[in-house]
Amino acid sequence: MKPVFGVIVFPGSNCDHDAYYAVKKVLGYNAQFIWHKDTDLKNSDVIILPGGFSYGDYLRTGAIARFSPVMKSIIEFANNGGFVIGICNGFQILLESNLLPGVLLKNKKIKFECKDVFLKVENRDHPFTNSVDKTVLKIPIAHGDGNYFAEPDVIKSLEDKGQIVFRYSSADGSTDDEFNPNGSINNIAGITNERKNILGLMPHPERASDSVLGNEDGAAIFHSIANHILK
Amino acid sequence: MYKATVIIKRRPKILDPQGKAVEQGAKLLGFNNVKATRIGKYIEFFVDNKEKASAEEEVKLLCDKLLANPNMEDFEFTLEEVK
Repeated sequence: MKPVFGVIVFPGSNCDHDAYYAVKKVLGYNAQFIWHKDTDLKNSDVIILPGGFSYGDYLRTGAIARFSPVMKSIIEFANNGGFVIGICNGFQILLESNLLPGVLLKNKKIKFECKDVFLKVENRDHPFTNSVDKTVLKIPIAHGDGNYFAEPDVIKSLEDKGQIVFRYSSADGSTDDEFNPNGSINNIAGITNERKNILGLMPHPERASDSVLGNEDGAAIFHSIANHILK
Repeated sequence: MYKATVIIKRRPKILDPQGKAVEQGAKLLGFNNVKATRIGKYIEFFVDNKEKASAEEEVKLLCDKLLANPNMEDFEFTLEEVK
């Protein structure tokens, strides 16, 4: 059995094909596109909300996509324990949907950041990281609004419950402020919900999954969730 | 019918890098008295509703649900009757 990844396509998604290509053609899982006006998730095991600029980022990033018809099904799927990965704009949509807490503000230095970053993997006993065999991953970011913010009580709860999965770091895992590309509180790059079935992250693992691109660190995240489902 | 004018502001504690950049620009131009610049959103639309109280409810709900994000923004609005 191969897990089925459902890749949602919003108007303005631009990493949907990258995600589909990475999980299906490179990693060998099943994948299918799901148009944002559909409400049937077609028996997907994992939903990917891909990166891009859904609805042109109008109003706020993810604010309008959050009310696309497919989101009602995704919220129900997630609340029933279904696995959801939101990458970049997908993470922004998860926050607007209240599936994850907090908000992504404009990068502290306003600049759109497009580069490889190092991510310290905080927890490798986790549905999304169980097959990660490194303590630090190198994965690209490409965003203008990636500055994670939440009230102090929310941050404390995320820390206490082990919901922070990835932090921006140096190659050897130091999480000093100088390795923070966007101003995120506590260098937060990726979080899950308390139940650990919903992951939101700003970096793009689908862009670092194919050996011809010189970096396969991202593949471990997709393998992890597949292994978790097959367990 | 009412005309709604909504102003959305970032909550005071929330970092506003755009406001900071604009303030730097103002200072480059020599406007050294400019302080605490914040950038928000201005939205106007009509509400086809005869009852002011119920129009107010509608606008408030729309602001809560879509126009503002309570994690980072506050909103205020006015309603003006249009004949």
